[in-house]
Amino acid sequence: MNWNQIWEALAETLQMTLPSTLISYIIGLPLGVLLVITRRGGIRPMPTFNAVAGAIVNFLRSIPFIILLAMLFPVTRVVMGRAIGTVSVIFPLTVSAFPYVARMVEGSFNEVDNGIIEAAQSMGSSTFQIVRKVLIPEAMPSLINGFAICMTTILGYTAMASAAGGGGLGALAITRGLNLRQYDVMYAASIVLVILVQIITMLGSYFTRKFDHRIR
Amino acid sequence: MAQPLIELRDLKKVYPVPGGEVVALGGVSLKIEKGEIYGIIGMSGAGKSTLIRCINRLDTPTDGQILIDGENILALRGKELIRMRRRVSMIFQQFNLLMQKTVARNVRYPLEIAGVPKAQANQRVMELLKIVGLEDKADAYPAQLSGGQKQRVAIARALASDPEVLLCDEATSALDPMTTQSILALLKDINERLGITVVVITHEMAVIRQICTRVAILDGGHIAEEGSVDEVFVHTRSAAGKRLFGILPENEDEDRPPVPALRIVFDGGMENQPVIADLVKQCDVEVNILSANIRRLNDKPYGQMLIEMPRDDAARRKIVEFLNAKGLTVKEVWPQ
Ligand SMILES: Nc1ncnc2c1ncn2[C@@H]1O[C@H](COP(=O)(O)OP(=O)(O)OP(=O)(O)O)[C@@H](O)[C@H]1O
Ligand SMILES: [Mg+2]
Repeated sequence: MNWNQIWEALAETLQMTLPSTLISYIIGLPLGVLLVITRRGGIRPMPTFNAVAGAIVNFLRSIPFIILLAMLFPVTRVVMGRAIGTVSVIFPLTVSAFPYVARMVEGSFNEVDNGIIEAAQSMGSSTFQIVRKVLIPEAMPSLINGFAICMTTILGYTAMASAAGGGGLGALAITRGLNLRQYDVMYAASIVLVILVQIITMLGSYFTRKFDHRIR
Repeated sequence: MAQPLIELRDLKKVYPVPGGEVVALGGVSLKIEKGEIYGIIGMSGAGKSTLIRCINRLDTPTDGQILIDGENILALRGKELIRMRRRVSMIFQQFNLLMQKTVARNVRYPLEIAGVPKAQANQRVMELLKIVGLEDKADAYPAQLSGGQKQRVAIARALASDPEVLLCDEATSALDPMTTQSILALLKDINERLGITVVVITHEMAVIRQICTRVAILDGGHIAEEGSVDEVFVHTRSAAGKRLFGILPENEDEDRPPVPALRIVFDGGMENQPVIADLVKQCDVEVNILSANIRRLNDKPYGQMLIEMPRDDAARRKIVEFLNAKGLTVKEVWPQ
């Protein structure tokens, strides 16, 4: 078995996972903030906007990734220059992941005690100050935990990238293992994936605890 | 009299709830003078929190006016509202500290959002921590503090914006009696030394008696009575006040005795004298005291007592007449 192909695939997996996660957060984090502050009883209630944004998020979240991947082919071609390939897959991955991120972020913010937000309001905070100096710092441990979960989820999605001509560990396992019956490659690729998920989860829990000052 | 610092005019708050509405405030009018410690007392659900939350616009009243220094704060929007809120600080029963920030950062928060330069803010934070006696806890996180210490941090934070008013919603209700004492002393100290007007909300009369100059009794969203603390305690007029101070039972039905009985109300209208001993002697009855809840204020008894009544009609009449003659309010109570 050629280990080099495993390392190459690992590099491709990271090449898909990291930018997708990053861009999903660039879109999903503000969207999650908006979902929290614009809902009824939030600090900036805008019920209509909230309902529309919530519906879009739910719609995108309910389409299975593999189908979204196919549906987005024409759009991906326009956005990424070509419809298939490791880099192109970043686009559908992001489209699929940002609504997931938004809900995750929303959940983290919901855990922040409403009394703390009221106290901040009573001190004369602007909406932006509450988000920046109260909501995000207070939710930080949960946000970090959510980040790790989102990243492992996106990592899982990359395994389906082979359907769009993408590379990575998942594609390697499927093409070599399933199609060419090189089971050693399949198992090696899978084990590397498992280890990757373990590392992300462990780092996630470590930083979640490190950033949580509610624990004595 | 000068213009009151805070004036509520016919304040109403109605919450819509599924299948109807809850009238939390049914037209409350009161005036709070600059520099006083004003108490608002009432049973659970009386509307105390709703009232105090309206004063700094955490809640918006359905109707009525709130004037601070003569300015109607219900018309304020955006930046003006923010400026008003910095003049009217608030502390809470659950402290509501930022759990992921140190004590110093918590106290600095109001200064940060007001754009105070960092060096100046840090210096002010240390001054504030000194006022509340927590200089040595600057770098601790709230989770490492006791309840009383947390409330001190909250007080320091509330003082950071140099407010004119400090609103306290059940600020001592989560604390033990000793800690309550120290927090009340701190509030009084702040009032005297810094001249900050304090509005205290509580369901405990001890809190009112200890630090307030004036008090309003809130009952079912209405002011039942209002006045100086001495006056309201000594000459309680409203039924709500009497219930609150233990002169009347909270709920007549829950308080049924197992035998025919008589409720004797001591409401301060009588000099200190051995009523029960006289009753035994003059009416020639054996008195069995079922329950008593009496305390002294200005050397007069306040509260109520429940005694067992004889079965005999004539004897009962005699007892009632005797006590009435003594100026006591009595009421016969029967078992269910
Ligand atoms: N957001 C709300 N929606 C509906 N009803 C409410 C709301 N907030 C308060 N109420 C109702 O308004 C009334 C007054 O509530 P409030 O919290 O002001 O009472 P309180 O005097 O502070 O009581 P407590 O001593 O228990 O804190 C209660 O009947 C309560 O159920
Ligand atoms: Mg309350």
